[in-house]
Amino acid sequence: MEGSYLLLRHRDFPGIKDLDEYRRLGGFQAFRRAVTSMKPAEVTEVVKASGLRGRGGAGFPTGVKWSFIDNKAWPHYVVANADESEPGTFKDREIMEGNPFQFLEGVALAAYAIQANAAYIYLRGEFWHIAHQLDQRISELEESGLLGDRLSGTDYSLRIYTHLGAGAYICGEETAMLESLEGKLGQPRLRPPFPPSFGLYGKPTVVNNVETLTNVPLIVERGAEWYRGFGTEKSAGVKIFSLSGCVNKPGNYELPLGTTFRELIYEHGGGIVGGAAIKAIMPAGASSSLIVATEEALDTPMDYESVPNVGAALGSASVIVVDETVSIAWLVDKTIRFFKHESCGKCTPCREAHSG
Amino acid sequence: MNILAEKYPQEIETILAKYPPEQKRSAVMPLLYLAQRENGYISRQAMAEIAEILDISTTEVGSIIGFYTLYYDEPGGKYRLQVCTDLPCALRGAEQFLEQLCENLGIQVGETTPDGIVTVEHVMCLAGCDKAPMFQVQSGDGLTYYENQTVKSAVELVERLRRREGGKDGR
Repeated sequence: MEGSYLLLRHRDFPGIKDLDEYRRLGGFQAFRRAVTSMKPAEVTEVVKASGLRGRGGAGFPTGVKWSFIDNKAWPHYVVANADESEPGTFKDREIMEGNPFQFLEGVALAAYAIQANAAYIYLRGEFWHIAHQLDQRISELEESGLLGDRLSGTDYSLRIYTHLGAGAYICGEETAMLESLEGKLGQPRLRPPFPPSFGLYGKPTVVNNVETLTNVPLIVERGAEWYRGFGTEKSAGVKIFSLSGCVNKPGNYELPLGTTFRELIYEHGGGIVGGAAIKAIMPAGASSSLIVATEEALDTPMDYESVPNVGAALGSASVIVVDETVSIAWLVDKTIRFFKHESCGKCTPCREAHSG
Repeated sequence: MNILAEKYPQEIETILAKYPPEQKRSAVMPLLYLAQRENGYISRQAMAEIAEILDISTTEVGSIIGFYTLYYDEPGGKYRLQVCTDLPCALRGAEQFLEQLCENLGIQVGETTPDGIVTVEHVMCLAGCDKAPMFQVQSGDGLTYYENQTVKSAVELVERLRRREGGKDGR
């Protein structure tokens, strides 16, 4: 069943948040097929070949991350990063509210690929209502035999659990998230070792962002080549751009990687409020560099390899638009106050830079 | 006597079942939410009870409360109305919204209305940047988002919350 979206499919099919409708649209066929007729490594290979890269900010190739899992130590875990706390980012929330089963199927496929029998979804505490909705949907999946013990008559079992954070930006960093999930202060660990060798409870763990995982069911169902048909050669696929700030139509826009800032801001976002001139862009939320909105910057494709050319990074692709009426001193002050409040206090440069 | 354990045996069992038996410390955050359900904050007594359930020290439980912003160790209003004033929201007028809301309620940011119903606070990003001004209302029952707000709609909400509490306690 085709629509115009791969991720925000609830905009085409509003009923997709119900399991019956999701299955009618082909949902959970990929997971069932994986469990019954694909080797775990084959799932990883498809994801690797698709070119999917982490959508949480770092952009690390997802299949490569999965292939790093240490098969000498067990059990394995999947942790879905649903902490979404970067100012300017609000895409994972829309996925989990609108198209939750595709996300959950992505979690299940990641778990099967690394042979984890337990997966945790770590949600920021403010997503309290989403966690409760997900709990209900996980129960439905268990009742339908799509999650639980000995799935589809195989030896593979999987449980998915939600876990609520409680208001700490730093827990979006994967190792701080793992500490928090272990019931400790959410402070980052020194890396290496990285989670695929030393993760939750010291066991091999894959941590992936919600949007990343939501791509996976369609990749497994339709193949790597199909997915590579979207985006650019080095940045395959689609991305959800969270557009905010001084634009007429803020919101989430699912577009191929490589779309320009100009198209996002002026075509999709309806241009600047009151017809004012654009002054600057923060392409990746509050932790992003602030770039001057020159013609060159506006014509830059938003993908992993191009945004660094104008001095920033694609990150989580949360684009904050700043117009000529905004004082940059005020903006910087505001941003520093955010980081002062959110510094976990572990690393000296951050703690001291934001003190006083 | 462990009041928390006696009052919520089912809930505690469900929470502990999420984590490996030898990793029950993981349950500290959900248990803190459970303890906060009743009065909107976590008492010394409840901290000690959680520590006992998880075989960790009360200090360790206390440090978790101190680290995370959604836990409280002292009482506030029955409802905490928390307005995001971070950059994207501020670009859409969230700071003026907060100021005018407080003016209307006759309190300063961080204060509680004299009837004890609402505490108004400013908080960090809530992932609702495209629908500012926006805020969340936190109470013992959980958390609700209110988006695309005006001062008028927010004041009306406060009135509704007052009526709800009056109806419950006033007769």
